[in-house]
Order: sequence, then C-alpha cells, then structure tokens
Amino acid sequence: MKRFLSPFAVAAMIGVLALVALLVYGLAQSTPDRGIEEALARGEAKRAPDFTAPNLSGGGSSSIADFRGKVVVLNFWASWCEPCRDESPLLDRWHAKMSEGGRGTVLGVDVLDVSGDARDFVAEFGLDYPMLRDGEGEVLGRYGVVAYPETFVIDRRGRIVATRRGPVDEKFMRDEVQPLLEAPA
Amino acid sequence: MLLAAMMLGLAAPATALAQDCPKTTLGDVEDEVMCPVCGTPLGLATEAPQAIREREFIQRLVDDCQSKEQVKTRLAAEFGDDVLALPEAEGFNLAAYVIPALAVLLGGGAVGVAALQWRRVKRAGDGPGDGPAAGAKPAGSERLERDLERYDL
Repeated sequence: MKRFLSPFAVAAMIGVLALVALLVYGLAQSTPDRGIEEALARGEAKRAPDFTAPNLSGGGSSSIADFRGKVVVLNFWASWCEPCRDESPLLDRWHAKMSEGGRGTVLGVDVLDVSGDARDFVAEFGLDYPMLRDGEGEVLGRYGVVAYPETFVIDRRGRIVATRRGPVDEKFMRDEVQPLLEAPA
Repeated sequence: MLLAAMMLGLAAPATALAQDCPKTTLGDVEDEVMCPVCGTPLGLATEAPQAIREREFIQRLVDDCQSKEQVKTRLAAEFGDDVLALPEAEGFNLAAYVIPALAVLLGGGAVGVAALQWRRVKRAGDGPGDGPAAGAKPAGSERLERDLERYDL
C-alpha cells in the first residue's frame, strides 16, 4: 500500500525548499566578481570591461574604448562617499600630469548618486578630468566594485594592470601609474 | 469693504497652495523605494551615507510640492527602476506580481491534492476490510471471556 506524507509535512517541505532557494539566490547575487583581482594575483592583466555611459555634465556619452591608446586611471566615486573627497584633489593633480602630451587621463565614474549632487561635487573641487555617470550601478557590476572609491589602472593596450579598493594615495600613483606613463607608447 | 474683499481675494490662492503642499511626506515615500547601495528598503537604511543623501533628495522634492508618484519617477530617473521597491505593474514587471500569485495558487493546489490523497489513504486504512466485522467482538475480549470461564470467577 502506498504511503503519503501528511499535507502539513508537504507544506513544510515546500516552505523549507523555497527558503533554501531564496538563500542560494541571494548569496549568488551578493557575491562580488573578484575576477580582476584574481587575474592580477596570478600575474595576468585582464582586458578592461567595455562600457558606455552618459557624461555627467549632460550631453552625449563616452566609452572606455574612446581612451584606448592612453593610460587610464578609472576611478569610481560618489558625492556621498567621504574618502572620495580626500582623494579627488590628488586625482586632479595627476590628471594634469597625465594629460601632458596626451599620455593618459583620469576618468571618473560617478555611481549610484544624485546627478545634481555629483555636479556640485565636481564644481566644489574644480575637477577637470572627464566624468561619466553610472546612476544605476550597471558599470559597477562589470568591474566587481564593492567599495567606494575604487580605482583601476588601465594600460595603453586596454588591460587592467592595478587596482585599489579604497582611496588612492601618492605612493600608489607613483608605483602603478608613473611607470606606464614613462613606458614607450 | 472693497479693501477687505481684495485682501480675501489675495489670501485665497495662498491658502489653497498651502493646502495642496506638501503632497506627500518623506516617510510615505521611503517605505516604497530602495537604498541602491545598501540593497535594503530606504526606510531600513538609517546610517548609510547614500541613504542619508537619498533622503535629502526626496525631502527637497517633497518641499517642491511633488507628489509621491512624481518623487518616485525622479528617483527612477536618477537610479533606474531598481530603486522602486515595488515595480510598476505593467509589461514585464507584471511578472513580479503574477508569478508569486501563481506560486501561491500552485502551492495551495499541491497541498490540497496531497491532503485529499492522504485522507483517502487514511480512510482506506481505517475501513471495514482491515478491522473486525460489525458486531464481532474484538479478539482480546473473547480471550478474556474464555479465561474468566476457565477460572470460574
């Protein structure tokens, strides 16, 4: 004779399975992509994920591919991020240095931010480097960004050669960016 | 008299404006939108810097006399549709409402079918074929009567 589980046991099993499925889904969604860091740890330089984003100042958009052939310091920031305030003047100084002779650029990407606040931030610090906007956080996912600010150094061939989770400092820029600027094009 | 009428005429639109504004409150909106960085509803994200900035933005819009729907539209324009805790019930987003309802119906149906099967099996187990026939004495009580007769108590 066939034996059937009680309906309460079936309901409990369905509930538990649904909860486990939700937990697995949540974990899969919240785990950041560490592919870039893992590649750097193996001594490999991954190609910088391509993206196009609107210019923060309004009017048109730009792509990371537009900067190919230059050294790019790609900096993810937001106006509500306190450490971003500390590093912005340093990045602006380095942008002036990098853009001499068209060798490179700092490229800012404002993320998950109110655009008006971001424009106020740029005006407050008088930042001259190009700024893109990623209001929905789409570009963040491609680079596995989890903290603010985060910076990726991209060489002339479009490969990520260094990253910094947290604010950059003069030493990081000297160690990771200066050699790329001095290398022959 | 004329002066009083003019003053009344000037005051009336201002009163109407004051009654129309604000159209919503920060508390009313923050339950229905997300803090994108925190990944939680804005109402639950109290300390996060991005949540604080988002609240300031909402408050500015509320002070500008925007309605809840207008505030939510502005937030979606800044942060994308994911900022809405409950997506609009149209197009593909309709799936967010239809699929849970279908899941509840299917789950309820499955539990109902399992309950019917379980009852059927239970009834079959309790049925006349398995137990003693109606009017027949249970085997235990027959043995007890035989023992009582044997000992003549």
